[in-house]
Amino acid sequence: MILVVAEQRDGTLNRATWETIAAAQGAGDQVTVVVLGAGVEAVARELAAADVAAVRVVDAPALGMYTADGYVQGLTAVIDGLAPARVFLPHTYQTRDFAPALAARLERPLVTDCVAIERDGDRTVYVRPVFQGKLQAEVVAEGPAPHFVTCQIGAFRADAVRRGAAPAGIEPMAVSIDAAAIRQHPEAPFKEARQAVDLSQAERIVAVGRGIKGPEHLELAKQLAAAMGAELAASRPICDAGWLPMDRQIGSSGQTVAPKLYVALGISGAIQHLVGMKGSRTIVAINKDGEAPIFEVADYGIVGDLFEVVPAMIAELKK
Amino acid sequence: MKIAVCIKQVVTREWQLRVNDQNTWIRDQDASFELNEPDAYALEEALRLKERHGGEVIVCSAGPARVAQVIREALARGADRAVHVESDGLATADADAVAAALAVALRDERVDLVLTGLQSDDQGFGQVGVVLAERLGFPHATIIMEVDASGDGLRVKRELEGGWFQWIRLPRPALLTIQSGINQLRYATLKGIMAAKKKEIRKVAAPPAPPATQRIVTLAFPEKGKQTQMIPGSAAQAAQTLVTRLREEARVLPS
Ligand SMILES: Cc1cc2nc3c(=O)[nH]c(=O)nc-3n(C[C@H](O)[C@H](O)[C@H](O)COP(=O)(O)OP(=O)(O)OC[C@H]3O[C@@H](n4cnc5c(N)ncnc54)[C@H](O)[C@@H]3O)c2cc1C
Ligand SMILES: Nc1ncnc2c1ncn2[C@@H]1O[C@H](COP(=O)(O)O)[C@@H](O)[C@H]1O
Repeated sequence: MILVVAEQRDGTLNRATWETIAAAQGAGDQVTVVVLGAGVEAVARELAAADVAAVRVVDAPALGMYTADGYVQGLTAVIDGLAPARVFLPHTYQTRDFAPALAARLERPLVTDCVAIERDGDRTVYVRPVFQGKLQAEVVAEGPAPHFVTCQIGAFRADAVRRGAAPAGIEPMAVSIDAAAIRQHPEAPFKEARQAVDLSQAERIVAVGRGIKGPEHLELAKQLAAAMGAELAASRPICDAGWLPMDRQIGSSGQTVAPKLYVALGISGAIQHLVGMKGSRTIVAINKDGEAPIFEVADYGIVGDLFEVVPAMIAELKK
Repeated sequence: MKIAVCIKQVVTREWQLRVNDQNTWIRDQDASFELNEPDAYALEEALRLKERHGGEVIVCSAGPARVAQVIREALARGADRAVHVESDGLATADADAVAAALAVALRDERVDLVLTGLQSDDQGFGQVGVVLAERLGFPHATIIMEVDASGDGLRVKRELEGGWFQWIRLPRPALLTIQSGINQLRYATLKGIMAAKKKEIRKVAAPPAPPATQRIVTLAFPEKGKQTQMIPGSAAQAAQTLVTRLREEARVLPS
């Protein structure tokens, strides 16, 4: 049996959960879903629409707000009770926070950030990016079950989830959580002061990455943006370095955009950047490295030096 | 406050990756190496905490002899001393083996705080910090963007997805995984480089590796999924073709 750990916050299901259910359904084993929290009946009912054996619910006040210690305690008991062969989780920030501790406590393998799951004879091969997505590794997990697997966001299709003819059974699990043993004390999540620019409304975006070399070269990108009627945006390292404000950052920790045109200048195309822009209608990548993963999502690509190509583009646009 | 920072040496971003003959790892004999990016931010955060609260910063790295390069660099930036768990196998080991090695290095140090990066640029497990916390019996918090150590414990700002954050309190000793961009980095000064030569690097033998939990069977360049039109020619020609196609084919430029 594959156990899928659903993710919810304040009773709202994280969409990545559906992707993980799709991955589990495709992995050729019976699937059970477990959801942890306080007051999560509605989420359980939502999950029960999937073609799964059961939705198990661990409802405890101490799980109301997520903590790593609370989840490790709860899931250790769940896994003990259900003895799954594999445990699948979405590769979210929350999973990153507790899954390595859970797997380590149980002394079981954890294969993170998988983009595909393949059968090779009688073993399962997990495909995951390494070297920032520039290479892909096929990995096998070793040792006794359960094996823990996290699924990269966007790698499996939520709309491919098989729905059941009738809702799956919802079964509460009696798990007692020792609240006193939880060492993390979280406060309510918040957003930083309102963003000055809402890039999600932009029709065109010119985004710069570390290939721009230094803040003194941003002017070049600004000129291209002006010539195209585009907004300027950036990958994370540009904002980390303070060359552009944080609210211009595209990606998993920044804004998600889907403009008509997205021009990536000197951006390698790490997954955390791609999730923020791969829904764009037309993607242009200009990068001196022909193997850069950004080309995998690009409609038009130029392998070249942006300091030569961009001035030529500006000149052409002004014609 | 006694702070340990775990730093990993990885191949530079500029280095053209080549896969070895067995297709199991890269051919890195002739590669150039650098400090894993988030680890540089973790080190900087440790140095700032020391400036504010006093104490000591110890850097800790597990890997072959060549990792001495990033250890020296960290000492030059201001770390007080270093621990090097030396073993060739650790260069390609899984997260459990690396965490086990680092736990041995830190066992007798009695630190108040351990900082790691959130993820390595090569393996990208995103695991070593959290597994190390579990091995040391420390509480942890991940993807941290601010650290307040003014009280008895810690109050840390955790990054959530899509621009959300959350403050968390936890007792010390604790382990935090640090996100890039938490601070502005400082670089080594000539004085720092000179001072580093006199600083202690304690070598520790790697413990017997725990049973492997995972293994790379094949490493390859990803296949291109989407039909990308690659535009050839000189910069000027390519730019011209691109602009024409964006105007006439994709119709995405303002008219
Ligand atoms: C939890 C987490 C969250 C993250 N969130 C985000 C996020 O929201 N957004 C984000 O962007 N990243 C995010 N990252 C970071 C991400 O993993 C990458 O490190 C980052 O996107 C890389 O930025 P880059 O492409 O600009 O830099 P690099 O990866 O260094 O790429 C620079 C590129 O420029 C090219 N180049 C260099 N010189 C030239 C030239 N003269 N002409 C043309 N091309 C050139 C190089 O070939 C290279 O491909 C996150 C990481 C983690 C772990
Ligand atoms: N060999 C190593 N030596 C020291 N620290 C390491 C090593 N490998 C990983 N780390 C630390 O653990 C973090 C996460 O790495 P990883 O789990 O490989 O993604 C890194 O950012 C480092 O801080």
